Amino acid sequence: MTIQPFTSLTGIAASLPEENIDTDVIYPARFLLITARDGLGNYAFHDRRFTADGQERPEFVLNRAPWRDAPILVAGANFGSGSSREQAVWALLGRGIRCVIAPSFGEIFHANCYRNGVLPVTLPAADVARLAALAEAGAELTIDLPGQIIAVEGMAPLSFAIAPDRKQALINGWDETAVLLNAHGKDIAVFETRHRAVQPWLFEEEARP
Amino acid sequence: MTAPQTLYDKLWHSHAVAELPTGETLLYIDRHLVHEVSSPQAFASLRAAGRRLRRPRTHLAVADHAVPTRQRGGDIADPLARAQVAELEENAAAFDVPYRALTGDGQGIVHVIGPESGFTLPGITLVCGDSHTTTHGAFGALAFGIGASECGTVMAAQCLKQRKARTMRVELVGTLPAHVTAKDVALAFIAKVGALGAQGHAVEYAGPAVEAMSMAARMTLCNMTIEAGGRIGLVAPDDTTFAYLRGRPMAPRGSRWDQAVAYWRTLRTDVGAGYDKQVTLDLAGIAPHVSWGTSPDEALPITATIPDPAAIADDSARRHAEKALAYMDLKPGTPLEQVAIQRVFIGSCTNGRIEDLRAAAEVVRGRTVAAGVQAIVVPGSTQTRQQAEAEGLDSIFTAAGFEWRHAGCSMCVAMNDDRLAPGERCASTSNRNFEGRQGPGGRTHLMSPAMAAAAGIAGHLIDVRKLLS
Ligand code: SF4
Repeated sequence: MTIQPFTSLTGIAASLPEENIDTDVIYPARFLLITARDGLGNYAFHDRRFTADGQERPEFVLNRAPWRDAPILVAGANFGSGSSREQAVWALLGRGIRCVIAPSFGEIFHANCYRNGVLPVTLPAADVARLAALAEAGAELTIDLPGQIIAVEGMAPLSFAIAPDRKQALINGWDETAVLLNAHGKDIAVFETRHRAVQPWLFEEEARP
Repeated sequence: MTAPQTLYDKLWHSHAVAELPTGETLLYIDRHLVHEVSSPQAFASLRAAGRRLRRPRTHLAVADHAVPTRQRGGDIADPLARAQVAELEENAAAFDVPYRALTGDGQGIVHVIGPESGFTLPGITLVCGDSHTTTHGAFGALAFGIGASECGTVMAAQCLKQRKARTMRVELVGTLPAHVTAKDVALAFIAKVGALGAQGHAVEYAGPAVEAMSMAARMTLCNMTIEAGGRIGLVAPDDTTFAYLRGRPMAPRGSRWDQAVAYWRTLRTDVGAGYDKQVTLDLAGIAPHVSWGTSPDEALPITATIPDPAAIADDSARRHAEKALAYMDLKPGTPLEQVAIQRVFIGSCTNGRIEDLRAAAEVVRGRTVAAGVQAIVVPGSTQTRQQAEAEGLDSIFTAAGFEWRHAGCSMCVAMNDDRLAPGERCASTSNRNFEGRQGPGGRTHLMSPAMAAAAGIAGHLIDVRKLLS
């Protein structure tokens, strides 16, 4: 799997101030039947963007200029809660969204973002609200990942926290499995020997039909 | 002497491969359940990188989410679902992963067949690309849902990077009143702590009321932990656990069984071990619960009325309630028992086990589904379906006007053709009442199997105890 490196990003931001936008809103379950990972952008927020008969809802932010192709989302608390479906992140990526800023995130969604080169930024609710107001006025945000800074005209730069390993992986576009196998192949083998001694019944499934 | 440890600590430490500089742990994964929806991309990533599975036979694959439940055998009508199931079958064959055929006796919802087969065992780590993997914690297994990329990592490396959670002890005391079930306890617990109340925590359910619960009840409880935000639910394994597992096809046998049980008995929280959070719930006064909103924590005793958002102090809860009531088309002050329903769904990994079907059948026996209500029973596994048929439960349901279906996730997630029409209201034994979860515009009320059965008979939400006493 190739992951696009993330260093810095400048663009307008779509504001979705609603709280608890769950993964079912981001990517409705019925589209989970699609087995591809790419090309899911059109399904992102599908039922918010389209009426039941397929008409665009003009009031939804991602249907409005200039936010149609916004690479950044400024969202409400608990964004991406609910199911573990990674399609929620792939659908955002499919629309070119590389960064989501919110007061808090659903835990699995949050982890899935990093795995796919999407940067989730957690900021205090008051800062998110100010960013949302500027975003709604059409302001451009610059996310500087190496410097861990969000810059936008109209307010002082905001710094954000990120775990060093996640930052490094994002900047380099590293695939998690490759990193892990390279660094810990030996540890895994050593552990298996020890584990087999304690719970041997977990290593006998090969013998079963 | 080592410091006293919680059950979670023990499971965690016994699977720690390496401590990473980031504060995360590389955790060894013993078992992985694979289904058609979250696995295609993982297999694709293996192919792209030229990787094999490290231990193919520690995985178990089955199609459950998208499969039709009206009939088994023959082609699946929906081309997308057909392709998805075919892809799982091909991937399983290509990568030597054991596969439970759709038409075979071993098919069913991942979280039902794992325990049923003895694939789920105490003391293991178990993952699946599905958030209700919390279910398996009922056996004292460290079980949690993961994303599709992680599925690929587990396949290739048998490991995952994880950050240790905080711990929360939920002490259940008192005796459950008649016809009040683990589902009601789960809904009451989630309503009490909120949809984020257990976020970041591994939840251990303990206390006399948990010890008295069957495995089915413990699974229901652990299953719903994710609806309180917790990725891990746990119950310490005990004689009830061992009695359930003994003789299951994939459980250890002979001297290995005795050796395993001896080890499993050590999987208890030590006296003096501390938790980050403690909650006590007295079950004695609990009434059957139903959800009224679009978040699982928006649930109340059936004896209550629809709440008035204006009376909710917390800003975000109030806004959510207002939106929920608009979506659910409900008015504050309406008694819950006056809410009319058009559909009933009995099934899912929360409440699709034989015990659940028995409880629903007890309510349904000799009664008839209300006019205008369409009710379906979808067993959680093919084995459960066969068991129910052997007990004659299917004829109780069909005589009352329920449809008797084949096993799958069905209307829990509405990925097959079992779904609500816009505006339809459903009494459902599943786990999520999110907007559109059971079909776009559909309205879900979560409840126990007995309560859902009673709603089907009455045509509206009703306290099942009125029908049974
Ligand atoms: S029954 Fe529902 S919650 Fe359970 S695995 Fe299937 S879709 Fe997920």
